[in-house]
Amino acid sequence: MLSAEQSSWFVRKVIFWRAVASIAWAVLLLPPITAVFVIISRFSLLHPIQAVAECLSFLTSASAIFSFILLCGVIIMVGFLNLEYYTVIPTIACSKIALLGQLLHPRQFVNSLAHCIMGIIVAWCCAITIGGRYETIAYPSTQGDGSPQMCLNEYHLILLLAGAFVGFSHSLLGVIYNMNYVSFHSVQQYKYLRFKGSLSLVLKCSATQALYSVRNYIVVYFFLGYVPKAWICKTLNLHLNSSVHPLDSIAGLLDLSLLYHLWISASFLLFTWHMTLLLFRIFVTEVYSFPVQSSFTEDAHQCLPKVLTDKQPMILKFLALQDFALLSQHSPSRRSEVFSLSQPGGHPHNWNAISKECLSLLADLTQRLIAYHDTVATNGRAKSLSTGSERKTSSESSVTSVTEDLMSPRPTLLMRTPASVFARSMVGCSQSPLTAPFTPDLDSPFASPALRRLTAPMDQCSPWFGTVQSPHIMRRAPKLWSTSTDSKVNGSPQASPASVPSPKQEPSKPSLLAQFLQNRKEQLPEASSQALFADSQAHIWALEGLSYLVQSSFSEDQFGVVQTALPSILSCMLGLQEAVDRHFKLPHASSKPVRSASSMGDSTHKTLRFALRATLKTSIYRITTTFGNHLNAVQMSAEHRKRLQQFLEYKE
Amino acid sequence: MFEPCFNQYHIMRTIIDHTTKDTLRVASGFTVLKMCSLALFPPPLPSGQTTLCESNNELLSGTTTEDRLKLESSPLSLFFPRESLKLHCRTESSSKAAFLDHSETLWMRSAAAWRDGGFTGLLDEITNSNAEVPKWLSVSSGCTLALLRWFSSFHGSLFPHLTMSSEDMLAEFSQVLNWSDCVVRAFAWHPHTDKFAVALLDDSIKIYNPKSATTPTLKHRLQRSVAAVQWKPLCATALAVACQNCLLVWHVDPCSLSTRPSSGCAQVLSHPGHSPITSIAWSPSGSLLVSASPMDTAMMVWDVASESGVPLQRVGGGGVTFLSWSPDGSHVLASTPSALFRVWETRMWTCERWPCVKGRCQSGCWSPDGSRLLFTVQGETVIYALTFTDTPAGVTTCTSKGPQAAAVVADLSETTFNTPDGDIIVGGEIQSLAWDPTGERLAVLLKGDPQAADRPAIIAVFKTRSNPIFELLPCGFVQGEPGAEPRLMQFHPNFRHGALLTVCWSSGRITHMPFYFLSAGVPHFGLSGSPSLPRPQERPADFANQSLFTELMS
Repeated sequence: MLSAEQSSWFVRKVIFWRAVASIAWAVLLLPPITAVFVIISRFSLLHPIQAVAECLSFLTSASAIFSFILLCGVIIMVGFLNLEYYTVIPTIACSKIALLGQLLHPRQFVNSLAHCIMGIIVAWCCAITIGGRYETIAYPSTQGDGSPQMCLNEYHLILLLAGAFVGFSHSLLGVIYNMNYVSFHSVQQYKYLRFKGSLSLVLKCSATQALYSVRNYIVVYFFLGYVPKAWICKTLNLHLNSSVHPLDSIAGLLDLSLLYHLWISASFLLFTWHMTLLLFRIFVTEVYSFPVQSSFTEDAHQCLPKVLTDKQPMILKFLALQDFALLSQHSPSRRSEVFSLSQPGGHPHNWNAISKECLSLLADLTQRLIAYHDTVATNGRAKSLSTGSERKTSSESSVTSVTEDLMSPRPTLLMRTPASVFARSMVGCSQSPLTAPFTPDLDSPFASPALRRLTAPMDQCSPWFGTVQSPHIMRRAPKLWSTSTDSKVNGSPQASPASVPSPKQEPSKPSLLAQFLQNRKEQLPEASSQALFADSQAHIWALEGLSYLVQSSFSEDQFGVVQTALPSILSCMLGLQEAVDRHFKLPHASSKPVRSASSMGDSTHKTLRFALRATLKTSIYRITTTFGNHLNAVQMSAEHRKRLQQFLEYKE
Repeated sequence: MFEPCFNQYHIMRTIIDHTTKDTLRVASGFTVLKMCSLALFPPPLPSGQTTLCESNNELLSGTTTEDRLKLESSPLSLFFPRESLKLHCRTESSSKAAFLDHSETLWMRSAAAWRDGGFTGLLDEITNSNAEVPKWLSVSSGCTLALLRWFSSFHGSLFPHLTMSSEDMLAEFSQVLNWSDCVVRAFAWHPHTDKFAVALLDDSIKIYNPKSATTPTLKHRLQRSVAAVQWKPLCATALAVACQNCLLVWHVDPCSLSTRPSSGCAQVLSHPGHSPITSIAWSPSGSLLVSASPMDTAMMVWDVASESGVPLQRVGGGGVTFLSWSPDGSHVLASTPSALFRVWETRMWTCERWPCVKGRCQSGCWSPDGSRLLFTVQGETVIYALTFTDTPAGVTTCTSKGPQAAAVVADLSETTFNTPDGDIIVGGEIQSLAWDPTGERLAVLLKGDPQAADRPAIIAVFKTRSNPIFELLPCGFVQGEPGAEPRLMQFHPNFRHGALLTVCWSSGRITHMPFYFLSAGVPHFGLSGSPSLPRPQERPADFANQSLFTELMS
């Protein structure tokens, strides 16, 4: 495939090496972090000098070097997983059910398993490092009758299991907080300064997350600790020393030194992983400067106008748009290349390609917003048509309405929504994230028949799965779900989830479970709006780039290439402005998300719609203040002219 | 008619230039040529006369009574008598003492102390209630408290401003003269239209728009001790307000008829440790907002729409007091409470350090093209200039090439003028600088001495010229009615016929002083058609009255 071949050059030559550089830095930073960890874990207030001497002797021992090599392996693995799982468009679960689906996805399962194993390895290294009672899994002891036997060292076990637990919960939290989402910053800084600035935050996050994880772990261990203990004893043929307190008791767990060591090990583990993630984010989002035009035809596919139109690796498109926004703002010489004409022929190919791509991006978003709004509006109109019996089924007193035609996908609807997290933003993904319709594909979390049964209602409103989660639509779901359960409970797994049940089904009383699921589903009202704007960083750059180019064209565009596109740019922006305005009048669209203070997850995607709205207004104002009343000569529809007049009078 | 020409003084400083990321430039061994710029000024007006406008290259004045009539008929000239404001008569701490129930349990009191005073408050509470807590706890918390206090006093001896209360700090570092006593605490023209926002002593903000009958009043629970306000460029609605504990961004719909926008219209931006905020600056492209606090060594760069801030940490200096974004958007001046200021370039956010010899950088302003920075240093009576050469076009290196020379461009040391009312001494330290958007008038607010009657605070206005060489020419003094001293000044961002200086006086009056001249090369003239020239044959008295402002509003 030609496009795959062309786009792979970027992943091969740039992204891969950036990831390698970030992993290399993470490995290089590992020795000092480990040394600090050794000192903190072994330090004792009473014998400071002895402790320091012990630390030094440990750091040069063979076991320390071996465990260090293991840690390096873990870091490289974490870096590889980062590269494998990262995405530039976040997946936003619109309901708790969808989130559950994400958590149970096989791909995510592999991720969690890998993190569990790495957690155990790191915990083993921690056990070696801390030494003392944690060091070995078995120790010889004499039984009451004097016969020697190997006994299980529960301190070692509890540390290993803590590593597994923290690794697992880290991977789960990664899904919940979108930790694999790589966001781009509006403030450009050098890599070193950005790393230095974020380091304290990472440290704080790791320590807090470790605290919570250890708390949860202790609860779990208190109740379920005997299971792994018995299993290990059986497998390794070890005995439990009855003279030692078991650790899954209140007295055993209230050991302050044990808690401290658990916490410090979990912090160490999370800190190294978070640091690797931070380095990866910093390296991957670094600005890449694409040439605007190349004198060699073989390099033509690496030039900005060509790269912008590429759909495939999203990271390439995003970096290209970022570079475009920056060049239009800061670099007059590169702007002049954009405004230039082709040598034989005199066509502004660069400008045409760039402006066309940006405008199509914006038009795409406008379409998406209008379609979304139409769905919601249709819902509102259908309110009066809804039957009374349905009203009873809903536990809430508000409307239960969805017209049946909503259940079938309408051809006019161009719902374009971001792909799932699991669709990698790299080559090989069958659906382009920008254009993937929101139909759950077969390798979706619900691939197993048991889960499919649960997800039947979602599949039924598939055109808006995950996107349109307005209460009106979702209230419909429990009814359909319960009916579909009826049909499938009798063991008919061949019933495909895509088979939409007849819309003329009689509404039936939803079961308790259905009501529970319905409540789960309605708890994230704002998410549909977030999902709609999930890839809006691209639109923000397109808006900025276009408006800066138009602004500088006033004085720099010698051939007037921008002027020809001015009407379409203005009408596109004004159309988008209208759609955005309408969207923000919907309930929940303008409600601000709760700001989570200390979490490694990036919450930028939650506010992208506000950023887009602000950028859109600023961009239109940038054009109107530059051109002023000259814009009256630009041809446009009466409605747009009215809107533009508002901008010219500074009344928006 | 013209004043004697004022030469350009360029005193080269020896610069040690390290080409590191944060370029360190040490100014050493320079000589200041002693020159008195103020001696070339026309003498101040006699008492009872006020400056009205500049026309035909001279400042015209009128008597007070005639002036007042005009002022009251002009819609944009405002008067806020001190008595009309409802002030907060008691502070937070006094009311706390009146309401706090002292019979609460130790836990409740500790929680309250933690909430109000943080860690030190908690320690203080535990130490004070030594009857209820175990002895070891009270003793150890007492020791920790003592240790903390010792450490903070040590820290405070390094940076004395850290020991000030936040009100004092605002007063010290504000651009407003005598901020704590000022009726109008902050003022901001909208960058594109003829509306402006006024922050008053009672912590309210009023927005005046000549085209609208409503004057919205903004009040918010967190809006206390407003130090600065600024409108967002390329936007009609957003107004950023620097408050004591946070940063507020109001969204005031210009079409709305509401006179009291709800506090839901305000976004609250705060960052731990980043208060009180003394200065804010929007980027000219309207995308970013920077804020500074003397308590925080980091300067915050906010993406307001997504309410996320990036701290740019540089430890030296102990805080950031004053920010000014160059009109072309390429640089930001950030001064610190120590004898050090920084010039950030905004592409990759690296900075150059500029250690001053005597005191901290008090104020600064940029030329319209962003190539020249004028700044003043506390304790000195001169204006310095830094010239930033343009980066060669298309260079991909992100650090801009910094200036190679720092120059003294004006010396405003004290000068005695003989007036009919007796000798008046003008000059001394400089409170703030303002450069009009065409780059042809520079207003300098001189502090004066509030104790001495013959040393008033006064605004000196220079004519400036950038091409072909940078020049400063004396223009004159701007004076108000007797007894009123200027506190705050700002130029209108797009006055068609020259420059319009808005001055807030200590009496609570806000007046606008037009300077009519033909600008050499102003970009926006070309867009909005040829400017209608002011008629020089008209009597000056006609200029300053209402017709002037209707012209302005058209």
